Amino acid sequence: MVNRMDILQRKKESGQKALVTFITAGDPTLEATYELVHAMAQSGADLIELGIPFSDPVAEGPVIQRANVRALKHNISIDMVFDLVARLRVNLEIPLVFLMYANSLFHYGAEAFFKKCRQYGVDGVILPDLPYEEQQEFLPYAEKEGIAIISLVSPLSGSRIGPIAAHAKGFLYCVSSLGVTGIRTGFDTDFESFMKEVGNSTHIPAYLGFGIATPEQARQLMDYCDGIIVGSALVKQIEESRTIDEAVESVAHLTRSLRRALDGE
Amino acid sequence: MNTGRFGEFGGQYIPETLMPVLKELEQEYQAALNDKSFIDELNTLFREYAGRPSLLYEAKNLTRQLGGARIFLKREDLNHTGSHKINNVLGQVLLARRMGKKRLIAETGAGQHGVATATVAALFGMDCEIFMGSEDTRRQALNVFRMELLGARVTPVDSGTCTLKDAINEAFRQWTFRAMDTFYVIGSVMGPHPYPTMVRDFQSVIGQEVKAQLMDLTGCLPHAVIACIGGGSNAMGIFHPFIPHQDVALIGVEAAGKGLNTSQHAAALARGQVGIFHGMKSYFVQDEEGQIAPVYSVSAGLDYPGVGPEHSYLYQSGRGQYVSVTDHEALEAFELLARTEGIIPAVESAHAVAYAAKIAPTLSRDKVLVVNLSGRGDKDVGFIAQMKGRAVHG
Ligand SMILES: Cc1ncc(COP(=O)(O)O)c(C=O)c1O
Repeated sequence: MVNRMDILQRKKESGQKALVTFITAGDPTLEATYELVHAMAQSGADLIELGIPFSDPVAEGPVIQRANVRALKHNISIDMVFDLVARLRVNLEIPLVFLMYANSLFHYGAEAFFKKCRQYGVDGVILPDLPYEEQQEFLPYAEKEGIAIISLVSPLSGSRIGPIAAHAKGFLYCVSSLGVTGIRTGFDTDFESFMKEVGNSTHIPAYLGFGIATPEQARQLMDYCDGIIVGSALVKQIEESRTIDEAVESVAHLTRSLRRALDGE
Repeated sequence: MNTGRFGEFGGQYIPETLMPVLKELEQEYQAALNDKSFIDELNTLFREYAGRPSLLYEAKNLTRQLGGARIFLKREDLNHTGSHKINNVLGQVLLARRMGKKRLIAETGAGQHGVATATVAALFGMDCEIFMGSEDTRRQALNVFRMELLGARVTPVDSGTCTLKDAINEAFRQWTFRAMDTFYVIGSVMGPHPYPTMVRDFQSVIGQEVKAQLMDLTGCLPHAVIACIGGGSNAMGIFHPFIPHQDVALIGVEAAGKGLNTSQHAAALARGQVGIFHGMKSYFVQDEEGQIAPVYSVSAGLDYPGVGPEHSYLYQSGRGQYVSVTDHEALEAFELLARTEGIIPAVESAHAVAYAAKIAPTLSRDKVLVVNLSGRGDKDVGFIAQMKGRAVHG
C-alpha cells in the first residue's frame, strides 16, 4: 500500500536531511493549527506531527504540557482533528502523523481509528507510551489500512534497537537523550555509537528528536541521522505570541532557519 | 502482549526509555525471590523494623453494637510509619539496593507512602525525592514536614489536578531523566509490569498472617475480607492468599465521595471504563473522549482515577466483589471505631470499616469478617477537626 511517508525514503536515498515539525492540535485553536500547518509546510517541513491533546501527557515536558492544557480548554476531540486534517488535505500533500497517547487510541477503538486515518489522510501515529512489545494489540488494524505505527528507540535501548528497528515503518524515531520532551541546551548522548547501531539495523529513515530547538543544534546532529524532529521550540513560539498571525510568522521563521541549517546553508 | 497480564489487564505501556529498566527490574525481582538471603533480610526487617506480624484483633464492642457477624481488624495501623505502605517499601528498597541504585523517587497522595519511602531511605542512607501534588502538600502539610525531617526532598507538582495522579505523572517523567541511577518506588499495585505483581507479593504478608492468625483464634476461614481501594495494594495484600478459597468473599471498597451519581467520586470500577494509563491497562474514570477525569474523595489516599490491573481482573471474573462507600459513611465509621474500640483509623481504612458495619448486621454470628485496617488516623485528625469547625494546630 502506498503511504505519503514513502517520499521520506527517497529523500534519505538522495542524501537530503528531513525536517519534522510538531505542534499540538488546537493550540491555541484549531483555526490556528490550520494556518500553522500550512506555514510549516511552506517553510520547508517534510513531515508534520499533530499532537492529539491528552489530559496526562506523561512523555512531555512543561512546554508541550501547557499546549495540551490550552487545547483542552476547547475540548478538542480526535474527530475534530480528523475534520481539520480533511480541510488541510484539500491542498496539502505533505505526510501527516498524529502523536497521541495509547488511551486516546484505545478509547476511540483501533479499527475505527485507523480506518479514519486512511479516509482523512493521516499517514502514521506515534504513541510515546506504547513500546514495541505492546504494539501487537493495534498493529493488525493499522496494517490493514496502510497506516504506520512509528517506533521509538532511545539511547538506553541497547540490544532492543535491532528488533525494534527491523520492524519499524515510516521512519524510526530516535530519542536524542533521556527524559521527556523539552528544550535542551546540550546533549551527552554518544550519538556516534547509538546511531551506528540504528543504521546497522534498518534502512528506513532515522530521525533524532527530543530537545532539539535551534539551527545550531540541527547542524550539530544532522550528520548522525536522516533528519531531525523539532517540537517544544515551535510550541514555545506559539505560546509566546500575542496573536495567531504573530505565532504563524515566528513558527514559519524558525522552520525556515531549521530548513536552511539542514540544507547546509 | 504476554508479560505481566491479569487476563487482558496489566502490561507495560511506558516510554521506550524506561523499557530496558523495567526488563532489568523484572529479572532482578525474580532473582531476589529465589535468593534466600533476600527473603531472610526482608523478613527480619518486617519483624524488627516494621513490627510485624501486625495484630489480628477481635473488635468485640463493635461486633456487639452492630449485632451479627464477628468483626476482626487486621492492625496494619500499628506498623512503623502507621500504615501497610511500609511492607512494600521495605521490599522495593531492598531490591533497589541489590540493583546498586543510589537514589529513590516516589509519588505520594496522603503522604503515607512518601513517609514510608523517606523512612526506609533514611534507614539505608539513600537519596530520596518525593513527588506530591501541590494540592496535597497543602492538605497534608504535616506529612510534608515529616518527610523533610527524614531527609527527603519533597517536590510539589503543579500540573493537571495537582493531586496523586499528577504526582505519578511527574515521577514517571523524572524517572526517564535518570533511569540509570534511580529506582522508582511505586506505592500501590499499579503501574507497568512488574510493579503490580511485585507490590502485591510484598503486601501479601498481610493476608498470610491473617490466615494463620484466624486459624489460631477461630479455627476457620473468614466469610469475607474487606479492604479499601485506592490503587489497591492493601486490598491485594489481604486478598491474595485467599483467592484460591472460593468460599471467602473478597470485598474491595472504593471511594464514592459525594455519591456515585455525582461527578465527585473516585470509583474506578463502579464508574470507570477500561483504558490505558500509568503503564497499565485497567479501569479508569475518564470522559467520553478518553481524557482521565478529575476524581474526588475526602481521603487523599483513595483520590486516584484508576485501580490496579489485578483488581480489574478479579472484578471482571467475578472473584472479587467491589462496592463503594461515601465520604459521609466513611466519616461516620471513623467516629464509630474511635468510640467503640478506641482505635482511630485512617479515613481510607474507615471506608472498609463502613462497609463492614453495613453488612455485619445482615450476617449470622458464626460468620467472621476481617477488615484490613490499613492505616492509623493521626494524619486525618486535624482535617476532621477543621471539618467540624474546630481549630487545632499540627
Ligand atoms: C492508610 C491507607 N490506606 C489505603 C491507602 C490506599 O492505597 P492502596 O489502595 O494501595 O492500599 C492509602 C494510600 O495512601 C493509605 O494511606
